[in-house]
This record gives sequence, C-alpha cells and structure tokens, in this order.
Amino acid sequence: MWTTKTFLTKTKRGNILKIVREHYLRDDLLCGSAACNTCPHKDDELVLETSPDSPCALFDFPHYLVLDTNVVLHQIDVLEEDALTNVIILQTVLEEVKHQNTAVFQRLLDIISNKKRKFYSFVNEHHKDTYIERSPGEKQNDRNDRSIRKATSWYEYHLSINSLDGKFPKIILVTDDENNRKLAQEDGIICCSIKDYIENVSGFVGLVDKLSKNVMPETCSKDALYPAHLTPSQIHEGIRCGQLYQGTYHASRENFLEGNASVNGFEKSILLQGHIGINRAIDGDIVAIEIFPKEEWRKPSNIVLEDKTEDPENILEEETVLLDAAKPVDNDDEITPTGKVVGIIRRKWRQYCGILMPSKFHGATRHLFTPAEKRIPRVRIETRQSEILASQRILVALDSWPRNSRYPLGHLVRALGPIGDKDAENEVILLEHDVPHARFSEAVLNCLPPNDWTIPEEERQKRVDLRDVCVCSVDPPGCTDIDDALHARRLGSSDGLATYEVGVHIADVTYFVKPDTALDKEAASRSTTVYLVDRRIDMVPELLSSNLCSLRGGEERLAFSCVWEMDENANVLSTKFHKSIIKSKAAMTYEEAQIAIDDSSRKDEIAKSLRVLNKLAKKLKKKRLDSGALLLASPEIRFQVDSETHDPIEVQAKKIVDTNSMVEEFMLLANTSVAQKILEEFPQCAMLRRHPAPPPANFDTFLKAARQQGFEIDVSTNKSFSKSLNEAVIPERPFFNTLLRIMATRCMQQAAYFVSGSLAADHYYHYGLACPIYTHFTSPIRRYADVVVHRLLAASVAGAGPHAALLDARRQAALADTLNYRHRHAQLAGRASVALNTHILFKNRVEIESAVVLAVKRNALQVLIPKYGLEGPLYLPSEKFTYNEEEHVQKCGDVVLKTFDELTVRLSLDSSNLQHRKLVFELVEPHVPGFSYVPDAGNMEVDDVADTAAPSSEKTHKKREIPAAAAPKPSKKRKSRRK
Amino acid sequence: MPAADLLSSQGLRLDGRRPNELRRIRCKLGVFTQPDGSAYLEQGNTKVLAAVYGPHQASKSKMSTEAVVVNCQYSMATFSTGERKNRPRGDRKSQEMSMHLRQALTAAIKTEMYPRSQIDIYIEVLQADGGTYCASVNAASLALIDSGIPLRAYVTACSASLGRQSATHEPLVDVSHIEEAADGVCLTVASLPSTGSIALLEMSNRLHMDHFNIVLTRAMQGCRDIEVILDGAVRQHLAEGWTKQDVITI
Repeated sequence: MWTTKTFLTKTKRGNILKIVREHYLRDDLLCGSAACNTCPHKDDELVLETSPDSPCALFDFPHYLVLDTNVVLHQIDVLEEDALTNVIILQTVLEEVKHQNTAVFQRLLDIISNKKRKFYSFVNEHHKDTYIERSPGEKQNDRNDRSIRKATSWYEYHLSINSLDGKFPKIILVTDDENNRKLAQEDGIICCSIKDYIENVSGFVGLVDKLSKNVMPETCSKDALYPAHLTPSQIHEGIRCGQLYQGTYHASRENFLEGNASVNGFEKSILLQGHIGINRAIDGDIVAIEIFPKEEWRKPSNIVLEDKTEDPENILEEETVLLDAAKPVDNDDEITPTGKVVGIIRRKWRQYCGILMPSKFHGATRHLFTPAEKRIPRVRIETRQSEILASQRILVALDSWPRNSRYPLGHLVRALGPIGDKDAENEVILLEHDVPHARFSEAVLNCLPPNDWTIPEEERQKRVDLRDVCVCSVDPPGCTDIDDALHARRLGSSDGLATYEVGVHIADVTYFVKPDTALDKEAASRSTTVYLVDRRIDMVPELLSSNLCSLRGGEERLAFSCVWEMDENANVLSTKFHKSIIKSKAAMTYEEAQIAIDDSSRKDEIAKSLRVLNKLAKKLKKKRLDSGALLLASPEIRFQVDSETHDPIEVQAKKIVDTNSMVEEFMLLANTSVAQKILEEFPQCAMLRRHPAPPPANFDTFLKAARQQGFEIDVSTNKSFSKSLNEAVIPERPFFNTLLRIMATRCMQQAAYFVSGSLAADHYYHYGLACPIYTHFTSPIRRYADVVVHRLLAASVAGAGPHAALLDARRQAALADTLNYRHRHAQLAGRASVALNTHILFKNRVEIESAVVLAVKRNALQVLIPKYGLEGPLYLPSEKFTYNEEEHVQKCGDVVLKTFDELTVRLSLDSSNLQHRKLVFELVEPHVPGFSYVPDAGNMEVDDVADTAAPSSEKTHKKREIPAAAAPKPSKKRKSRRK
Repeated sequence: MPAADLLSSQGLRLDGRRPNELRRIRCKLGVFTQPDGSAYLEQGNTKVLAAVYGPHQASKSKMSTEAVVVNCQYSMATFSTGERKNRPRGDRKSQEMSMHLRQALTAAIKTEMYPRSQIDIYIEVLQADGGTYCASVNAASLALIDSGIPLRAYVTACSASLGRQSATHEPLVDVSHIEEAADGVCLTVASLPSTGSIALLEMSNRLHMDHFNIVLTRAMQGCRDIEVILDGAVRQHLAEGWTKQDVITI
C-alpha cells in the first residue's frame, strides 16, 4: 500500500525550535504520461501525450517540458497562452509558487485543471525515487533546484526503460537560472531558457510580446538613476529597531512626483516626494520608509503635476517646481512628516489597462505604455505589433523596475479593443475595478431552473399564500430586476388608534440559489450587480434576475415577507417573517405611484394601500430624522441614451418624488427588523452593516469653508450635525444647502459589512441612519450580502437548519471583506462609467454653465456643475492669482475665490490626450481680465474645438456603430437609496 | 469547519498520506519486566509507553465490591513537545486525559471478574505529534493484553478531521499535530471495533451536522484498521515465543 519511511525535517522559528515532521514517500504516484506502460494509470489520469508535436524549432523531437519556479512566477502570462502543452509541473515548483505569489499560484492551478492544456502536476516530493534530502549547508533554493533536476532525470529514465521501440518523449528543463542550467547539463539534462524556447515557437503571434522582462532590479548599478533598495533582512532589522517604518504607498492622483504612505503610529500619513523619495514604489505597494528629521519635514505641494515628457530616455528631470512649492514654512499646521522609500516589502502589482504612447521612430520595438489609472507610472514594454496596438486599449503586466530605468518594465498581456469603442472602454472600466464580468459558465447555468418553471406544489404547502393581498412594487422606470414589493391594509383599531398591516415582500432568491452550488459560488465572487450607464453586469444569470426572481406584476412569485402590525403613528406593534407566495397587482414606477396617490378620484385598492404606505412612511421618516439620521446628498444624474447607438444624448439630474422616500422608509424598516432578528438568533455570525462615525479631523476643511459662509456646523454627534445642516440655509441660494450636504457626504466613512462576532456591540452603530443595528435584506437579486441574510433569517424563522458555511464565523468574515471590496469597486466602476459617458456627451459640444467651488487648491479650483453633477479642476495661473493658505482662498485683484462661491464656467472636452480625455473648465464669471473666457468670441472657438477633436472622434465613430447593437438593454436602478 | 490547505490539489495530505491512510504504527509488547504488562507504541512521531500493574488488592477508600477499580495516570515527558513542558503530570490536561483513558479502558476490561481489586495503568508520552490520546489507548490496550487481564475486545482509538479538496469535503483519518494545529475540527473516537460499540467520543472545535457522519465513519474505520494492526502485533509477539522472558525468570 505505502512505503513508510520517515524523514526528519528541521525548521527554526523565533526561538530555535526543532520541529520534526513525518514525510511519507510513496510508490503509487503516477507519472501521467501516455508513453509509460508501467504506472497503473486510469484513462482520465493520462495527461501527457505519447508523442507530442514539438512547437519549438530548437527541438525537433517529441518532448515534455519541466518548468523551473522562476519561469512560472514571471512568465505566467506566456503559460496562459495555448502555445505550451505537455508540461510537467513539479510539486516543488507548485509549493514555491504558492509560497511566493498566491495570485500566480491560483492562475497556475487554473491552467493545470484545464484538460486541453495537458499540464500534469507531479508530486515529486512524495515519490520514493525523486525525493531528496537537503544536505548539510545546502540552501533551500539549491535543494529545490537539485530536486527539480532529480525529477527531470527520473522522468527521462522512467520513460526510457518502458519504451520498447526506443521512441519516447524527451524531457526539457526550462529555467532562467544559468547556474541551474549548467548543473543540469552536467547531469545530461536537455535544458534551455524560456526566452530561447518561446522565441522559436512558431504559429503564435504576439507570444514573444508576453515574455516578461525580468531583470534583477538591484543588480543594475551602472547608470543607476535610483538608489538601491535595502535587502529584506536590512529592512527587517531596521523596522525592528525603529529606524524604518512599514506602510502602504499611495501615489497622488494629481502629482506624479508625490505620494504618501500610511504608517501605524503616525496620525498623518508620511509624505514622499520626488523620484528619489518615491524610489520606484508603485501605488499600493507595501514599502519600508525612512522618516527625515523634523526640520526637513514639508507640506504636500498642493499642485497638480503631470508626467508630460515625451519619452525621455533614462533621465530624471528637474524637480525644482515640486520642491519649491513644498518649501517648509514656519509654524504651519499642515507640515507633515516626510520621508523616503528605502525598500519594497511587497509589490502589489496587478495588470493595468492603458494605451501605447506614439513612438518617435517607425518600427521601434521599445514603447512606452500609459496606464489609464493616473497613479501608476508609465511602463516600458517591448512589442513588434505597435502598429496594430497604437489604436487599441491594451492590458499590461509589470515585471520589474531596475535602477537604471526611469520607468518600470512590463509586457503586453492582451489587447482589449479599439480606443473609443464602447465595449473596449467598458472592458477597461471593468478590468480596472476588478469586476468579474465573464459570461456565466456552463456549471453555473446548469444550476438554473428550466425557463418555464412554475411554483411546485410542495412549496405552495410550505408557504403563506398572499396571492389575494394587494401587493404592488414601485421602482425606477425600466427596472427589470424588481426585488421588493409592498402592501398595506387596515386591520382595526386599538387604544383608539387605527392599526394597519404593512408588508414588505422581497424576492426569494435563496430558493433558487442553493448554498455551495456553482451558482452560489459565482454569485458570492461577484458579490453585487454592477450598473454601468449602458450595461448591467448581473450577479445572478438573467433568467433569475429579470424573470423568476423579479416580482413582476400579475405573476406568481416566491417571496420572503416581513409583515408588521403598525398603529397610525407608525409604531411597530408586532413583526413576523415568513416565506410566502405573492402575486403583485402592479409594477409601478415612482411617478406612476405618485400620480395614483395624488389623484383623489382613484379609489381602487392599490391607490388606497399606497396612500396608507405614504402616510406611514412620512411618520417613519420624521422619527428617523428626529433620532439623528443624516440627510446627505450626492450629485446624481441620469443619461438619456440614444436607442440605436447607446450613446448618451442628454443628461438630467435625477428627479426625487415622495414615493422614492416611501419605498426607502419601508426598506430601512425591514432591514433593521431583520438585523435585530438575525442578531438575536446568531449572535456570532450575523451579517450586518455598520457605518462608523467619521473622525473629527475629517471635517476640518469642511468646517472652515462653512465658516467662511457664516455658518457654524456642529459635528459632535449625528443629531447635532443633522440639526445644524438643516439650519444652514441661504434663502436666495437654494442650492447652497444641497451643496453643503454633498460636501458633508465626502467627510463620511465608508459603510461596511461585518460579521457580528468580529466586533464589540457598540461598533454596530450605523451613523448615517442613526440606527443601532442595520443589515441588507431587501435586494437579494443584486447584492450577495442580502442572500446571506436571507439564509440566516430563513434558518431562524423556519427552523430549517442553517447551512454549514453560514455558521463559520471565519469564512463569513472573509466573505464580508470580499463583499466590501466588490461593493466599493462596483460603485467606483459605476462612477467611471458616468464619467466616460459625460466625455462622450461633450465630445462635440461646448457649454457655459453655472458652477460652484468645492475646494480651493494651490493652483486650481475644484468646481462642481450642479446641472450635470460634473466635477473637475479649474486651473488658475500663479502669475495672476495668489493663494492664501490660511484662508484657503485665491485672489486676483479684487476678485476673491473661495469655497462655495458660485461661478460661471465654460465646459469643453480636451481630446488631445486620448488616454485621459478630460473636461476643461474655463472661468467666465466673475470676470478676471486676461484670464476669463469671453463668451462673445465663443462661436469661433466652438468650431475650433470641434475641428481639433474631429480626427480622432471620426475614426471612433465608425467603429462604434458595429458592436453597439449587441450591448444589453440598460437598466438603471436606484443606487442612492441606502448609503 | 474544514480548514483550508489540509489536502493538496493532488489529494495528498501535508505529510504525503492519502485521506484514508493511518500513520505508520509500530509496536512492541512486553518492554518492561517489572510491571505485569507493558507495551510501547509509535503512531508516526507520537511515541507512547504503557505499563499495567495488577489486578491487586485495592486500597480501602477506593475499593468496590462489584467491580475492579481502574486507575489511570497519563503523563507527558517534559521533552515530548516542541517547547519543553514544565509539569509532566497533574495539570488540567493530563488529569482530563487520565479520566478519558479510564473511561475507554474500563469499557474494555471485564471489570466484574475482579471485585475488591485495582488495576493501575501508567501511560508516558515520550514524543507528542498529535493524537496522543489515541496512541495512549492503543498502547494501554496492548499492555493490558500483555498483562493477561481478560478483555471484552480490543479497545482502539483513532481521530479524524475534515479537509477540503476543491469543492468536496474529505474526512482525514489519524490527525497529526500540524493538522490538529491548522484549527480544523478533530473528532476522537475510542471504540471496541469487534463489537462496534463506542467507548468514548470527543470533539474539539465545531463541526456541522451535515459533516459529522462522514467524519465519524472515517474515525471508526481507522479504529478497525488499528485493531488489525494491533492484533497482528499480538499474534507475532506470541509466535516469537512469549515464553522467552518467562523461561529466563523461571
């Protein structure tokens, strides 16, 4: 059965500890090759072909490849191409990869599990003939290399002794380690480097471009531009004795030569400036920082600086602009600790979308790549397809950043599509925000019920039948995933007050999405439906989201109901939860519902029930506001989309009617009721949502700005905050209060999902809603958190035992983290999509609009156009304007610009840079001579702008018309309903 | 809950075993001359000595007129764990172990044969690498056989945990220290495999009802496998000439 040799492995931890582990060596491990006739393979265990065709010109005989760890780690993009097949992945390699980079490890596993790729993972560490022990004094790396060579020669031998006719596949070891290659050759192993191998593979265009150019970054000391990084052991030592600090590097969006790092123990984050100060750190990296002595501390430069240089070879330009601006001033409270990056602890590189910069030389292979994300530096890549790629959005992976290179080195992963093409642009948004958007896999679709599914008899038995109750749904127009419906009816009276029965019915998604199925896993990994302007990326397949789960009018649907008994003052007398069957009487839009309420001639059941709901909702809202809930605002716009091209034609601010808030109130009530119930039942593992109170420091600039307008805002509690916000009204400026609320929103913390067991009870508080406990229950079609809550609630009311994973607090906590991450990125993706469409809208258009100042920067104003909800910088030249740092105002002559001021600006689109097409704001009013734009001369210039934009936009126009029809119908959902 | 990483993608455990494989068991009966019965047992790197004294007259305070009193003492050598132990016996954990051992062993011994008497069983763990309770029960079982005390059946113990290979849950038999430390569940069963009865059942950590049965089944199968091995060892011991020692002493 198995051989039982035990081996001792010694490991050292902090204080020296001898750890002895068993290590069983087996003789029943298979080699996975069809050319072998000794291993007792079953048919499905034969992975490697008998006589594979060689794809490589260097080797004209059939062979298998054995890959070294560094090849897998660096060239995973090449491996993911279909070019290489019949590859043996040794367990030694697999373990080293897992240890060093989990993302690459996951990708490697995916390749191995793909049957077509013929990758075989061989457990050489537990095979009796391939296991080797580390010899005394040998480094772990050397042992692993030796183990790889051992396994390679074993394979060769194993296949040769079994071949009868002398024909058997050879084994080729692919490694980039020269030393390893030399030793392998001594052992008689054929080997080559991945570069040599791939360059001789024919039939795969662009494969060479994907080769990672991995240079040992610290070895290139010749012509070094950057100081060397410290070694890991130096960093470790430095951090331990307090000379160095560990932090996450965040590059500035505005200034490519500036960034900061958040470090534990410092209230402010550490400022890092200039090429040397940043020293090749890239946004998100975990870095080691040395902090300068106090007298060298500076303040953030507060200027906007872009990398404008035209492909400079490897020279660092002058940084005087930046450093001048940041000269320390005495007694300045904005001085922040300053330091420099001395080493990288962990790179957090991902793949980046962007475009190639036009090359100066025709036919050059070295190119610069500009990422779409402004915080990422340009990347040097090599490609021979630059002609094709120049007009495409491309995806690039980073490889290394040697000391003598101004930019990091990378390689092409794939092209996404033509620049300006709607699908390509959407793809960029989705990739940049890490939104899973592939089609649903076969396995997922197999979990779906048939298209003509109807409610089975046994479900009817189990559920409460509410089909004859007058239930209706109220949603935005065009909504196809209706996940909530309401009803209300008069019961009687108690204590002289009329009592009502009010029900909220939520689509019963968990009936279809059973735990631990492929569908469930997919939904969990997507976590949320993502709404782009012209596209919806569903969390669950369309059959569920728009049909079987959607509570459409006139159809019988499964629901999870939350039913209250309420008196006419909206006090909840009793609450019950149960699964039910409903038949919605009408699926209305907010406006239809509003009309039904207002139209006093309507006496039907729907109108009556809506009126009751509306009346109760107002009382609920009042109670909520009295307890301190904040009414915040954010500029929200809706695009009117051309039905043919899906291009936006007009923008309007979203209209809010009474019924919006009516639905919202009952959803809030349902969510809080459910939160109480599941917390009571599962104190350790209830999925809840919290909104921490913002730290007072967040409000500093906000309060200063409000004070300039003569308002003192009390932010000590949410109640006082809400009260003083209500009082801050300027009668002649109706927008002022909204603006104040928009700014207040930006001071807030993010709300987050968490598992009840992971925090103390006083942290459950939801600041924005002034609610001691809150969760998400009402949108299971589009949010996975709600699915979890549904399962918890079902387990607590129906007595159906909870599913195993539901009670695993650790797994739930990990899930909550994923949900938060996806949720945040979904929001950002939505905003990015709005920005994209705004740009398309302004492509051939120039407008003069009124605007307000949101913030005053050193060389710009941040302005907001209320009509479009647009925001952007209005640059102010320093020779005309003087910036007062104390007051945060810009002055030019007698014109003073400060926060909350109203301006008139001219809007146009600057398409000169295809990557960052941006809206240009120009000042019109108040008039500053020589700077402000004079509208009279406008006509000519409008034409001008249109002309300059024409060459690029024309091209993209033509291309867009083809794929646009394939895009799914848009469906905007309310997103603002809950914070 | 099943901890991640206990099973590799090829279906092997951290030490190279398959989920249904026990660790290597080596054992020897009659290792001491002084006690009435003794045994040494290795289960992977877990090494245990067991010694049995008695039955002899019970002390007055403990004496029972119905059945023999089984007295167990479990102790771990100070050098048995990675970090040196301060108290080899008498601490909470050892006391609990002693009680559990007594429960399992009493179930196997035909206690009614020796009223007013007492059997002392001493267990010393020389090296601990997970599953010390199981190894102790198995060693004690051998020592009891060596001493010639009548037993109902072999009493063996085995632990099981739960691992996850991609989507499917797979129970793991005979849990080693690294697997125990991985924060997964550990179900320990002491049973009389030939009668199918369970003498002791203990579980650390929480396990969902849905998974309980497969884990228990696997642990019971482990007990049966161990019984076969112990039985083989006893037979070999007897075949090798159990008289050897006696001949010398006679």
